[in-house]
Amino acid sequence: MERWAYEDVLAFAQSWGAVYFIVMFAVAFVYALWPANREGFVRAAYIPLKDVEDV
Amino acid sequence: MQSATSESPLRLDLALIPTLLALGFFAGIVEAARSLDPRMVVQGWTFAGCMLAIGAWYLATYADGPPKDERGGYANDVVKAGVIASMFWGIAGMLVGLIIALQLAFPNLFYFPDLPWTNFGRMRPLHTSAVIFAFGGNVLIATSFYVVQRTCKARLFGGSLPWFVFWGYNTFIVLAGTGYLLGITQSREYAEPEWYADLWLTLVWVCYLVTFLGAIWKRKEPHIYVANWFFLAFIVTIALLHVVNNLAVPVSLLSSKSYSLFSGVQDALIQWWYGHNAVGFFLTAGFLGIMYYFIPKRAERPIYSYRLSIVHFWTLIFIYIWAGPHHLLYTALPEWAQTLGMTFSIILWMPSWGGMINGLMTLSGAWDKLRTDPVMRMLVVSVAFYGMATFEGPVMSIKTVNALSHYTNWTVGHVHSGALGWVGYVSFGALYCLVPWLWKKKGLYSNALVEWHFWISTLGIVLYITALWVAGIMQGLMWRAYNDYGFLEYSFVESVQAMHPYYIIRALGGALYLLGALVMAYNLWRTVRAPLALSSEIPASALAAEVV
Repeated sequence: MERWAYEDVLAFAQSWGAVYFIVMFAVAFVYALWPANREGFVRAAYIPLKDVEDV
Repeated sequence: MQSATSESPLRLDLALIPTLLALGFFAGIVEAARSLDPRMVVQGWTFAGCMLAIGAWYLATYADGPPKDERGGYANDVVKAGVIASMFWGIAGMLVGLIIALQLAFPNLFYFPDLPWTNFGRMRPLHTSAVIFAFGGNVLIATSFYVVQRTCKARLFGGSLPWFVFWGYNTFIVLAGTGYLLGITQSREYAEPEWYADLWLTLVWVCYLVTFLGAIWKRKEPHIYVANWFFLAFIVTIALLHVVNNLAVPVSLLSSKSYSLFSGVQDALIQWWYGHNAVGFFLTAGFLGIMYYFIPKRAERPIYSYRLSIVHFWTLIFIYIWAGPHHLLYTALPEWAQTLGMTFSIILWMPSWGGMINGLMTLSGAWDKLRTDPVMRMLVVSVAFYGMATFEGPVMSIKTVNALSHYTNWTVGHVHSGALGWVGYVSFGALYCLVPWLWKKKGLYSNALVEWHFWISTLGIVLYITALWVAGIMQGLMWRAYNDYGFLEYSFVESVQAMHPYYIIRALGGALYLLGALVMAYNLWRTVRAPLALSSEIPASALAAEVV
């Protein structure tokens, strides 16, 4: 393939960049809201509250 | 030097770090002896002096085996050192800020033509670096060290490595700050230090990542708490930004001057990709790590929504990295890239406010703490300022608004509502929490002094940002005003003259903010010096005398 012109890089970034961005958001969103993860997150929220000074 | 005779006879860190310090010392001496650049000679001596001081500290601390702090439990002493350094640099940086604010109003104040370091141009980067990197950086290193150990139930990795991070980082600060006063600069905003200081910081930063990641690696708590994600994003992204933006070729290894690998519009874009993400990852992600630990801890209730914190994290880091081009609207940067920067800035409003809501709503059911606990109030008001600044920012990134606001004092006011309100207050809140926890006191010396600090500083912020809103919008309107004949209505110097009263109000705001920080330093010092069983109440009659 020939060297990419400026316009080719632009076209790739402006189309696939948007797809990549939306997919990443969807993955994070689904992970956060996935019902099976709920219990783990509720537990995680209490991590700062249960640390006791042992020093 | 390595007479660590206890359980571990051979300590890699105690072999490598002193060796590195010795190499650094000799490099400094070589620069001082061989360089023809008089400024580099001073920097060489300064660096060698720092290496010698750290070496002496290592010798004094480790000569009789590992100190008590290293025998089990968490590394606390390095966090204490970070707290002290934060308070010191905070006051120093705010003082320089006050001086240059007064210079804008009264140009001959503390300016001596024979002393070039008293010039505004040299002291301005001293102020910005001192408050962002010296104060903010030390706060971030100290709090991240504190938080990662507690939330992972693991000690920082690498024996004395955290200490090297602390001393090495502060060496960078000294090198950078004295360099500015000597007139050394790369002319890249918030990245002014030259190539050798940048290389040193890169080394220190890699050690920071290793000691932090090491604690996460050894963790006994299976889940990595969200605050650590924010701290980690801050450390990793700052490393990337710092390395790329500072790619440069020195004139010679004995010269303080270097030239960037980039030029023209690419150079500008790289600089503001760096510059805006210094805001996004240093001043935002890092301090959000503080928010996600200290607000739940202080309020004694879990974060409002852990799920929201996950969405907050991933959206914030994925969006922030693209917002830089809004610093280059109406420049030679391609139009589409300008629009991209503007669009991502507006989208950023969502994760920012998601995070703000998450922080504020953590108090739901405990709002009375706002009235009873001034430290809690400081933390909550910081989040409110975070919300305000992250609303104002996207508005200012809209091209038509930016056409009015850019290059005016509005920008300076915006930055300070984020810096004084968000970064300053969340840091103060964290330091007020940390001092009694670390020094094992029942509470602060005086909650009443925290009240004084809060109200003095808040008044200072309000004066500061309102003065610069008026000044900035007036400046923008004066620059674009035309008369009936199509000529500019005002000469530039008339717009400078119009700023005078607002510059005075701004300096007054800065002075109040500095006064608040001095009250805080006094309160923290008295807390540290207080006997163990400490009451948090002091008679109100004693107050007036103490604040003055």
